[in-house]
Parts: sequence; C-alpha cells; structure tokens
Amino acid sequence: MTQLPGPTPKKLGLVIDLDTCVGCHACVVSCKGWNTENYGAPLSDQDAYGANPSGTFLNRVHSYEIAPKDAPAQLVHFPKSCLHCEDAPCVTVCPTGASYKRADDGIVLVNEDACIGCGLCAWACPYGAREMDMDAGVMKKCTLCVDRIYNENLPEEDREPACVRTCPANARHFGDFADPESNVSHLVAERGGIDLMAEQGTKPVNKYLPPRPKTDAQPEAEIDVLAPLLSPVATEAHGFLGWLDKTLDKLPGGAT
Amino acid sequence: MHPAPSIILFTTLSGLGFGLLTFLGLNMPDVDGWVLFTFFFVGFALSVGGLLSSTFHLGHPERAWRALSQWKSSWLSREGICAVAALCVLGLYALLAIFFDTKVAALGFVGSALSLLTVFTTSMIYTQMKTVPRWNHWSTPLLFLSLSIGGGALLAAQTAVAGLFLLIATLTQAFAFWGGDRRFKDRGHSLKTATGLQNGELRLFEPPHTGTNYLLKEMVHQIGRKHAQRLRVLGLVFGLALPTVLLLSQTVGHVLAGLIVVLHVGGVLALRWLFFAEAEHVVGLYYGKHG
Repeated sequence: MTQLPGPTPKKLGLVIDLDTCVGCHACVVSCKGWNTENYGAPLSDQDAYGANPSGTFLNRVHSYEIAPKDAPAQLVHFPKSCLHCEDAPCVTVCPTGASYKRADDGIVLVNEDACIGCGLCAWACPYGAREMDMDAGVMKKCTLCVDRIYNENLPEEDREPACVRTCPANARHFGDFADPESNVSHLVAERGGIDLMAEQGTKPVNKYLPPRPKTDAQPEAEIDVLAPLLSPVATEAHGFLGWLDKTLDKLPGGAT
Repeated sequence: MHPAPSIILFTTLSGLGFGLLTFLGLNMPDVDGWVLFTFFFVGFALSVGGLLSSTFHLGHPERAWRALSQWKSSWLSREGICAVAALCVLGLYALLAIFFDTKVAALGFVGSALSLLTVFTTSMIYTQMKTVPRWNHWSTPLLFLSLSIGGGALLAAQTAVAGLFLLIATLTQAFAFWGGDRRFKDRGHSLKTATGLQNGELRLFEPPHTGTNYLLKEMVHQIGRKHAQRLRVLGLVFGLALPTVLLLSQTVGHVLAGLIVVLHVGGVLALRWLFFAEAEHVVGLYYGKHG
C-alpha cells in the first residue's frame, strides 16, 4: 500500500496565489475547524490557555519580506499545507501502510487506525506538511477535505476544501491538474505557477503563483499630485517673523 | 532535531548487539557452554533491549507489529523484518550450540548476514532522507556498519578485527563531520527555493504562530549545539581513535578491554547524540533557519 500508485487519472490539488493572499489566517481557522469535527482524530491543542500553547494544524501561514534592489520591500503571506506530491516521500517511508496516495485522484492520506506514530513520514516531508497529534498519537495531514469534495450531502458550492471555500481574498483555488482545461491548470499557465523546493524531486501537485513584481513604482514627483498645492507660498519671512528669523540667526550657533 | 533518548539508546545498543551477534554466528570466539551462553545473552540483551526501547517513542507501540508489512518500499519495515529474522535464526543457532553442543555453521552464517543487514537497514532509514542532507550520503551506512562491526568485534574479543573496523569508523566519522557541514549548502537548498520567491533579499518576517509546534520541536530544535565541536572531538578521540590505537598496539587483557568498551560505548553515545542533534532538516528554512 505504501508504494506509490504511479500517474493518477486525476491530480487534485490547490493553487495558492501569493499575490492575492492577505495573510488573514482564515484558511488556518476553517481548516482546523472542519478537520477537528470530521475525518479522523480531532486536531488537538496542548496547554491552549496556558503559557506555552501549541497544537496540531494542517495549514499554516508564514510571512516573508522580499526587498528587491530597486523597488520597495514587499510582504508576502505564504500559506503552506500538504502539496499532495506525485513522488510523495512520506508515503514510501511508512512502515505500516498507513500512509498512502489514492490511485484515482492522487490525494495523500493517512489511515489513522494503522498509524503507529513513528513520525518518519513527517521527517521525509521537506515542507513540514505533517504534524503528529500529541493527544491521538497519530500523524495528521491535509486530506484536501476528502470528506467535503465528494460529499453529496453538502450544497454543490461547498464541495471544495474548507480553506478554499473560506478564503475571503480568493487566493486559494481547488481543481484537477491532470485536466489542462481546468481552472487551476489555466491559472498555472497564465501566472507561471511554481513548485516549492523542486530540487527535492517530490513533484508537488499544488502550485504557487508568485507575487506580481511591483517594480513599476512611479517616480515620486508623479505620485505626489498634491505637491504643487502644498508647496510653500512664502519663501522669505517679513515683519515680526522676519526680524525674529534674522535675530535668531545672529545668536551663537545660528545659521550663517 | 530533538534527539529522543530512546532512539539514541536503540541505535547505539542494537548496533553493538547485532555486531556482537554477527561474530557469534561466525563462531568467533570459538567457545562453548556457559561462556557461549554469556556471550549470546549480552548480544541478545543489547539488540532486543535496543529494539524494545525504540518502541517507546511510538505514538501507538501496540500497533508495532504492523511495521513488518511494507518491506517493498519502507526501510523501517525492512529493518523490523531483518531484526526479527536475525534474532530467530541466531536464537535457534544459540539453542543448538549451547544446549545440544551442535554448531550448525550454515545457520550461524545466515544469522550473521541477517544481523549485518539489520544494521544496514537501520542506517538506510536515515540515509534515505533527502530532507536531511547531512544523512543523505553513502558515509552514513559505512559509519553505522563500521561502528557495529568494530564494537561487536570488541565485545567478541576479536581485538585485531575491532581495531581495523574502529579505524575505518574513525576515518568515516571524521569525513562525515567534514562533508556533512557543507552538504546543506552544496545541495542548493535555501529559503528562495523553499518559497520560490526569487526577486530580492528574502527573510522570515513572521512565523505562522506565536508558540511552538511539532515540527519545530522535532526537526528544527537547536538546543545543546553550542558544545557540538567539543563533543565531536571527545567522541572521535576517546570513543574511536584511542580504542583503535590501544587495540592495534597492545596485547589487550580483560581489564584494558573493559576500559576500552566503556570508552567506546560512551563515545558512540555522544557521537550518536550529535548525529541527531546536528541534523539540519530543510523544513527549518521555512522558519528562517539554516540561512
């Protein structure tokens, strides 16, 4: 079971638009909510109200600063969850067969009843996509909301991963990468979607759209449309202020 | 990483134990009766003790038997199978040799081979990890095997063999330190490849959470590394180099042999701690580490 299935007819995954993400962490919260109440063991917290809170999350948002040489610095919010890799190293290392990649749609899942909690799959993942749940003692990971996307009890618009459904900025997109005409395939083609840490050879299914460069910042003079209206009207002081200006300049340390 | 004491103990003790069993299966030393019983007792105690302690870090030890099922793809599974097979075959060999005075050479030979295979599979669990460039190298199996054979020979009173393999271990360990320090950069892993953000200077602005998480505790852990250089020298000199010199230059009596064993095991424990404590996992990049 922990052998990889080879090319799958469908390649379900996410496109994450780094240009659009505003870093609100709504996807983190909705993911935690859905996956605590549904598939598998709940995502537990430890010391949630104490001094050192920690917990299991399947999706986390990092924030990075890029400072280009000749443009203003940019803040990039960077959501990260399982990339459902084609060559998933987390699957093949599993000694029990608990970790597997589905042959029909490529989703990488953990059968929690067979997981011994050895943690080797988390070690094999370059992306930090797997976290051991400290209460349940089993490995947790993104299921691509497998219990939503095929769930006919949900209205059709809800049959996508919770993180995608909740994103207020529309920075997350769900679809089939095996279909060149799908929404996600178009996005990747148009925006130059990239693989994370491609040198690890994992062939991630999820793609990231790089932030659009903001190098076309206009010269300051053109931005400052109010400048002509705000320029000083009096360049030389007269009257009392003029006398004060000159007198103060004469004092030691004054302008020469 | 955060070195779990159970894993350090397991890899060190079972390495020694399977090393000793390798020699016992080859009828080295050529002893019988209670002396052989004692040798086998030490060998089994170390290897089985190591295996048991390795289950302490599992989230569900009661399901450990399932780990024998995925030998086609998983080195951890292969390790479990080799270990069980080696212990069964050598158990039978020991039973016949000690209580029935019958040494079945073929059985011992197979048991020895399985013992070495167990050590090799253990080392491959770490070697296969592309995510830890320091481990992902042919020097890792060579190090584990030379330590196991050298230490096993030492326990089996094969001083010349022990000296030779501890010499190999010394050189391999020194090379592993030297090469391992460079490999992360050489492989080209950086925050830029991790995020795909290429245009400009890049740094972590804010981590995803104010507290800590499993990944940080398990894989990005940094405590104790400030003494790493001193520990490296101590482990290399007292655990490997000094025993090598003593074994190759002296006639080793029981007292000196005991001293060498203590030095060697202490040194290997320190080196094994470093093996885990110095492992830089690429996931640390996302958290602004290893830059």
